[in-house]
Amino acid sequence: MTAITVELNGVKVVDDVEPRLSLADFLRDRCGLTATHLGCEHGACGACTVMVDGLATRSCLTLAAMADGRSVSTLEGLRGDPLMALLRRHFHESHALQCGFCTPGMLIAARDILQRHTRPDDKTVRHELSGQICRCTGYANIVKAIVAAGQKMPQEPSPPPPAATSQS
Amino acid sequence: MKPAPFEYIRPKSVAEASVALGRRGATTAAIAGGQSLIPMLGLRVALIDLLVDISRLDDLKAVTETPDGVWLGSLTTHSQIEDGKTPDVFGGLMRRVAGQISYRAVRNHGTIGGSVALADPAADWPCCLIALDATVRVVGRSGVSVQRVADFIHDSYATTLTTGDIIMGFDIPAPKAALRWGFAKVARKSGAFAHSIAVVTAAGKDGPATVVLGAAGPRPRPMAATANQLAVPATTEEQLRAAIATDLDANFEGLDAYQKRMHTANILRAARDMRTQ
Repeated sequence: MTAITVELNGVKVVDDVEPRLSLADFLRDRCGLTATHLGCEHGACGACTVMVDGLATRSCLTLAAMADGRSVSTLEGLRGDPLMALLRRHFHESHALQCGFCTPGMLIAARDILQRHTRPDDKTVRHELSGQICRCTGYANIVKAIVAAGQKMPQEPSPPPPAATSQS
Repeated sequence: MKPAPFEYIRPKSVAEASVALGRRGATTAAIAGGQSLIPMLGLRVALIDLLVDISRLDDLKAVTETPDGVWLGSLTTHSQIEDGKTPDVFGGLMRRVAGQISYRAVRNHGTIGGSVALADPAADWPCCLIALDATVRVVGRSGVSVQRVADFIHDSYATTLTTGDIIMGFDIPAPKAALRWGFAKVARKSGAFAHSIAVVTAAGKDGPATVVLGAAGPRPRPMAATANQLAVPATTEEQLRAAIATDLDANFEGLDAYQKRMHTANILRAARDMRTQ
């Protein structure tokens, strides 16, 4: 067993875990935080995406032991986040979900996209969202919701450049 | 998708990690980002007794501009390169390559050292680093060794790494003149492993060209005839196609007609990409 201390949604959590336990299973089974969904468990579907030290992270591709000393935010911890509130509203208004299984990962990824891109267009959102799989919606309304939320976002004073993906 | 049980340690130094990796009678693996290793453990295609977490070793995180080029510590993540947080003396080539690897959540943790250590035939960094003539510095029980990445990777998923070895990082020489480059990749969906990766570079207007093709065989290979042809002024597409055909036959075995067409088209795309610069 490995002793870990994780700042989980702002609360310090101390536990003893098996080294092979994934962060996703730690969140769901040990901490009861079931917003983080597990689809493929090998990094392809994106349903389990959480934030680790502010970086979007596949919680199925991270061991709980590796999260020791890190700060982890799940969808539950972003209830009061203004950007997440904006995204939730637009997901609702654009009807951006059907079964909802992919939605937690979509919301976390969407928030990460809007933090890195100012008013992203359809193409940018589609490229950035390509790591999140939805088997119901056909993505159109998810992309619409994220683009619309981006339009409503308060403009950052000096947005970071959208990195190399802008070069075609 | 649950890995078989293993022991986990997080050594405080590279030396300590090297000793742990060499533990007698144990199958060991080093983990950095884990973005390839963890799925392999889950699928149980990799079975280990001991996992050595090297992800917090500061000695592997150094990123500096050197007199001759750039040093990238092995723990440099794809997203650090994508976001321009590493020195870019390659005219944006490395940023472009980084931004096309897998997905952002994977790029946030996946490392350049891990990618080269795994040596997946369809990985992006081996191809790019060979095109840039980078060297890899490895520390192990027999001391430090420096090898060209082209020699370090000798087969699919096979490198010269031996038990206890750890990649420190990469020395990437700065091009002698402003780098012109082209990069093209064929993948079924963005973020998926590629079926073809082509990197084409040339230093300055008249500098010699380099062409490296990945995902076409066990390891990326330089395409010498294509590079020579590219350096000839007013080269026609027909001449380039003939040179590519020669190189494909010389460097790769068992490509079918479709694969040859695909690799040819991909190299031509990369070459066009470079010529517009």
